[in-house]
Amino acid sequence: MIRISTIDIVRTSLGGTGKLLPVAILITCAFAAFWLFPYDLGFLTQMLIMMVFVVSFDLILGYAGVATLGHAAMYGCGAYAAGLFAIHASPDPLLGLAVGAVIGALIAFFSGLLLMRAHGLSLLMLSIAITMVLQEIASKARDVTGGADGLTGISMTPILGVFEFDFIGKTAFWYAFSVLFIILVVLRVLVASPFGLALRGIKDSPSRMRAIGTPVYWRKVTAYVIGGTIAGIAGALSAQITSLVSVEAFNFALSADVMVMLILGGAGRLYGALIGTLVFMTVRHVAASIDPFNWLFVIGFMLLAVVFFLPDGLISLPRRVAGMIGARK
Amino acid sequence: MTSGLRIRNLSKNFGGLQVARNITLDIPTGARAALIGPNGAGKTTFANLIIGALQPSSGSIHLDGKDISQLGEAARVRAGIAKTFQITNLFKDLSVRDNIRLPILEREHRTFRFLERHDGDAAIEAEVEELLADFRLLPLANRLVRSLAYGQQRLVELALTLSLKPRILILDEPAAGVPSSDSHLIVDAIKRLPTYLSVLIIEHDMKLVFEVASRIIVLVNGAVLVEGTPEEISRDLRVRELYLGAGHG
Repeated sequence: MIRISTIDIVRTSLGGTGKLLPVAILITCAFAAFWLFPYDLGFLTQMLIMMVFVVSFDLILGYAGVATLGHAAMYGCGAYAAGLFAIHASPDPLLGLAVGAVIGALIAFFSGLLLMRAHGLSLLMLSIAITMVLQEIASKARDVTGGADGLTGISMTPILGVFEFDFIGKTAFWYAFSVLFIILVVLRVLVASPFGLALRGIKDSPSRMRAIGTPVYWRKVTAYVIGGTIAGIAGALSAQITSLVSVEAFNFALSADVMVMLILGGAGRLYGALIGTLVFMTVRHVAASIDPFNWLFVIGFMLLAVVFFLPDGLISLPRRVAGMIGARK
Repeated sequence: MTSGLRIRNLSKNFGGLQVARNITLDIPTGARAALIGPNGAGKTTFANLIIGALQPSSGSIHLDGKDISQLGEAARVRAGIAKTFQITNLFKDLSVRDNIRLPILEREHRTFRFLERHDGDAAIEAEVEELLADFRLLPLANRLVRSLAYGQQRLVELALTLSLKPRILILDEPAAGVPSSDSHLIVDAIKRLPTYLSVLIIEHDMKLVFEVASRIIVLVNGAVLVEGTPEEISRDLRVRELYLGAGHG
């Protein structure tokens, strides 16, 4: 393992059933949020969609060590693809998710062929440039995308023909949660696989990976495509649930927010992405409602504190506290 | 077919600068060869040409009769050439066990598998444990590599490289940075390397070279100055002059 957290220790002490601990916590939190905040289901659903998006970025940055600022490219394309598919082909939500996934994967593959050859600053700049080009295309193609007014008129049929999207957002909440849950299970399997170990090796030392015979470039392209697929699903979810796709889906600020959320929670842990998204969006929601002009101060100071005092992210807080208590004894 | 590594007229230019000049030598199967030379002689460049990190400007490299001159770094590893680095190059945020497991998974072409656990194959796990035991790393197996002493990291790198089951092993200054009190651990590990393996050691420490090498190649300004047994090299006046100064009698 890369690092051992408190949750790992508890899990180990629980034996075989301990493997289900994070799953149990996640489901409990979803039910608790659903019952405790019935009037905030729209916001909670947005949070779940963002968790899907951030977790996809965790695979790329947290595991493979590829830092980009253009992850919104796949999210935006997934959103437009699902929206257009719903309007012109089929309003079935699951088919729409699949379309978003495929388009996200294709964009990630073709952009990844170029991006994964670059490093550092060049990689950051190229990833921003690709997203800006896509945003401009979406903005100019008014007849197809609705341009600056956004893509409207998206309406979905009931999920599996049974669960209809309701005004309060109960169906949307459980739909988004189910997608997040399935993606987390898939990613847990993936990061524990030989491919997952190879990604951690690439993050740690690409030159050593080459020296053991790994085609590092293609492994990175693969990780980027998987991350792009999931980002496309997040975009599709957003389009289906909000019934709107705007060119803001390609916004640079969205890619930057995703990176901040991941670093805040802890990169390379999957659950860190969830914690980072939860804290970032809650703080932004509360701080912006108190002071709509200066809420970024709160986010900025929070990020500073985490980077300085918890470089492994908020997910490492219990371990750090336990360590400090242990050191005092 | 010639067994082992056969290098013919290998040259490398960086613009007008020639860093390897018509190097011709053989490293037969099972050989224990050492490459020595003053700083800037081109030893590491030569090693990089062999492993494919650099492509030669001219000349050829054959491994067991097969031309590998045009292969990239990863393909040469799969062909059987492995290298340890001058400064240890390991997966420092992974455990010692994972550092050994990962190259084995790569060697077995399994790192593109998504649905099985990386520690789920009994045969691979047995091989990992055997290597850890061979290098006396079992007590450290679950430690992160970054938490190990440098000498221990050297042993991990040697075990990692051997886990690839190479036929040619290049050790770039294997004792560099290791306290002299611990260098015997490295010497012992090199002496215990399997006999089917050809080893090329690039080293400044003459004591280590004379202890483990049966053949020594002296490189100066990118060209082979002389090649011979340790006794021949120690008697060679040009080498004595190179290492001990012109006035040495």
